[in-house]
Amino acid sequence: MTTETASTGPGAAAQPTQSHELSLVGALRANMRDYGLLLALILIMLFFQYFTNGVLFKPVNLTNIILQNSYIIVMSLGMLLVIVAGHIDLSVGSVSGFVGALAAMLMVGWDFPPELAFLAHPLIAGAICLVVGAAIGAAQGYIIAYHRVPAFIVTLAGMLIFKGLSLAILAGKSVGPFPAEFQMLSAGFIPDVIGPTTLPWLAENGQNVVLHTTTMVIAILAIVGMAFSSIRTRARRKARGYDVEPFSLFVIKNVVIAALVLFFAYMLASYRGLPNVLVVMGVLIAVFVFLTKRMTFGRRIYALGGNLKAAALSGIKTERTTFYIFAIMGALAALAGMIYAARLNSATPKAGQGLELDVIAAVFIGGASALGGVGQVAGAVIGAFIMGVMNNGMSIMGVNIDWQQMIKGVVLLAAVFFDLYNKNRSA
Amino acid sequence: MTKTILEMRGITKTFPGVKALSDVNLDVREGEIHAICGENGAGKSTLMKVLSGVYPSGSYEGQIVYKGEEQHFKSISDSEHKGIVIIHQELALVPLLSIAENIFLGNEQAKGGVIDWDETRDGARKLLKMVGLNEDPDTLITNIGVGKQQLVEIAKALSKQVQLLILDEPTASLSEKDSQALIDLLLEFKTQGITSIIISHKLNEISRVADRVTVIRDGRAIETMDTQDITEDRIITSMVGRSLDDRYPARTPQVGDVVFEVRNWNVYHPQHRERQIIRDVSINLRKGEVVGIAGLMGSGRTEFAMSVFGKSYGQKISGEVFVNGQKIDTSTVDKAIRNGIAYATEDRKTYGLNLIDHIKHNTTIANLIGVSKWGVIDDLAELDAANDYRKKTNIRSSSVYQVVGNLSGGNQQKVVLSKWLYANPDVLILDEPTRGIDVGAKYEIYTIINQLAAQGKAILVISSEMPELLGITDRLYVMNEGRIAGEMPTSEASQEKIMRSIVRAEGKAS
Repeated sequence: MTTETASTGPGAAAQPTQSHELSLVGALRANMRDYGLLLALILIMLFFQYFTNGVLFKPVNLTNIILQNSYIIVMSLGMLLVIVAGHIDLSVGSVSGFVGALAAMLMVGWDFPPELAFLAHPLIAGAICLVVGAAIGAAQGYIIAYHRVPAFIVTLAGMLIFKGLSLAILAGKSVGPFPAEFQMLSAGFIPDVIGPTTLPWLAENGQNVVLHTTTMVIAILAIVGMAFSSIRTRARRKARGYDVEPFSLFVIKNVVIAALVLFFAYMLASYRGLPNVLVVMGVLIAVFVFLTKRMTFGRRIYALGGNLKAAALSGIKTERTTFYIFAIMGALAALAGMIYAARLNSATPKAGQGLELDVIAAVFIGGASALGGVGQVAGAVIGAFIMGVMNNGMSIMGVNIDWQQMIKGVVLLAAVFFDLYNKNRSA
Repeated sequence: MTKTILEMRGITKTFPGVKALSDVNLDVREGEIHAICGENGAGKSTLMKVLSGVYPSGSYEGQIVYKGEEQHFKSISDSEHKGIVIIHQELALVPLLSIAENIFLGNEQAKGGVIDWDETRDGARKLLKMVGLNEDPDTLITNIGVGKQQLVEIAKALSKQVQLLILDEPTASLSEKDSQALIDLLLEFKTQGITSIIISHKLNEISRVADRVTVIRDGRAIETMDTQDITEDRIITSMVGRSLDDRYPARTPQVGDVVFEVRNWNVYHPQHRERQIIRDVSINLRKGEVVGIAGLMGSGRTEFAMSVFGKSYGQKISGEVFVNGQKIDTSTVDKAIRNGIAYATEDRKTYGLNLIDHIKHNTTIANLIGVSKWGVIDDLAELDAANDYRKKTNIRSSSVYQVVGNLSGGNQQKVVLSKWLYANPDVLILDEPTRGIDVGAKYEIYTIINQLAAQGKAILVISSEMPELLGITDRLYVMNEGRIAGEMPTSEASQEKIMRSIVRAEGKAS
């Protein structure tokens, strides 16, 4: 007892009634991991900006990076849940390929009798594809959760099965092109309902900068919303007598985030505005951040990933939770498959193959633990962008594909190694 | 005067938050059986782990002198190389390998990496004969009982040319007969010049077999007794070191009506369908009452509690559970919790806590409904709750954001308690609530138990420490081989009386 009291003192257990601001250094150190990852992404982007002679930050290229990585990011959201729960899903690449093939067959491949022709409508077909994806995930999840077959094996089997199935329903051929409405999912941009704004004073080589005004308005609304919500949270914490981060850090953090959002919005707006797929992605990211941080479902995932037995003995329905996670993963793989197919404008038998590895790599670079219980949505998204920016940057630089693979492998290893090294040092 | 084979000088070992050993001295003479006694958590096992290199040289302070030379063991293999072999409480055998394979594990009878199976079997047979085990060396470990497994461990030690054999609680899970055989074996080894260190709670065994006894209390070596001085009373006095009254906070029980009742509870082993683990157990708890279940290890206490708590153990479970006179459904953990039952496990690290998460999340996990609406958690309400229970259970940490894995055992146990208190149960089952935590923290846990009882909760305490049960409960059940072997008010109970009812039940069973 004496050894325990000595370290903290008798008053340490008392509840703080007076709100304090934490020290700047302490607050920075506490959030080092989160900021570090974002900083790494920015540094990598600046690195390629320099070595691609300014191509990386061109509006058209930034838009491209988002389009190229959208399906990885969509799947990494689900994979984060799977990995935090202590599982893995190797089937997502094949499932996305299969669903892309199914979408193609529904919309253009199969000749439906007139009374079933509605099935080929892009919205109906899209909904069917999502349901099929969720059902595939649920089936795998059922075997993993209730029959305790390791996820590695179940989804490895799934990978082979759905690889074969997409070959089978496409009969080995590419099927396309898709109806224009479906292509909009990946190729479209939100309409500029307000109308373009011309900025003549930023003219370059006699070309005026024309902004997609709606994009800018949405960005500004988003920034105001975020600022309002963080000010409110801070005030509520203070009112209840809890410590808050130092005001200087609070302001800097919000200003930096606002500046970044504004900068990227400006870039996108000076090309063609917000891509449709970025809207879908943005909504999904927000939903998954909320789910993992604020909802009981998310909390239970962390609990069962951290200690399955303790979670079960705390009344968490671990089987059911696992089952839902895989169903969600399946639905996201289906969405990613459709985005991928819409982007290529055709479904090919090879589509989606190997994507699972990019997705898993993104989640691990984002700081998730292979043992479960640890990982953040923001980390996974940043991890996916780190991979995406490297792909993009190295391609522009003309780095050969063999070197690209090796460099990506080294980055994955280094990221996880560094993460573990940091953890061991702080423990 | 025989010479000293081992001398440990000024051993100090600190874990985060707890000083497990402080300036311990131990000397062991060649060819003797040296017993180490002490309460749970006194530091006996830690001392032996320091000796055998489980805690490598450098992670503790002090000197180890073995056969006249100072040793710096970096790992178990270093100490085994010198002939020091430790047999842990939890046996380190691979269940799906054969006896022979286990005996020579890591020490295979091989030439150039190719195993010589004839040599292996012959060697194993010879060693098995030495320990008096009559089994085919090809039998799988999983197919023999715990007592025989213990002997295989000893055979394994012999294969390593053991000179100093350390046995950590070797007879804790053995039947009387197997214990007897093991003790005889140690005496046999003594004639062959093998030195043994034996850690045991069974004082009658120690007083019979030990040449000398060292008593450890609260991480300090209290004294070493020679043969002529060894008596059970003397050991107990030395172990406890203070009167029983100081160790348990006083309370005035206010016992009300029956709130919790289990009737005719039967459970079968989860793997072996025909093996009945719990037989016709019926117990009841009253409002504000602290009831204990005493019994030896393996008597079925934990299995009983876990099977009641959402069928977390066993199969073919039958029986009825009543809370406040209502028959309730406890078929899942979730339902058991919602019906007012909480179970704090005996193994907090494996079954109780998410060690990689912080106090706040661990506190609310069994009752997330309490801090959420429509599945959305109210962060500040959760923070309030966590801080509230951190204060109530007196958890010593920098804040509720401290990761639970970094807390001391006592504080971890308080987090487990916080979690179950926050679930607000009527009935709280505490399985070994003070296992492996230091004396001060124990006192605090007892205080919390008393407060809960005063608030009208019914508390069932399962403990292997009889003084603890006698110190904090109002009434006792004695369990043996899955049955209730006796029931008595604590005021009329004593350690002898409890043991007698266990022994009587054994007599009936056989």
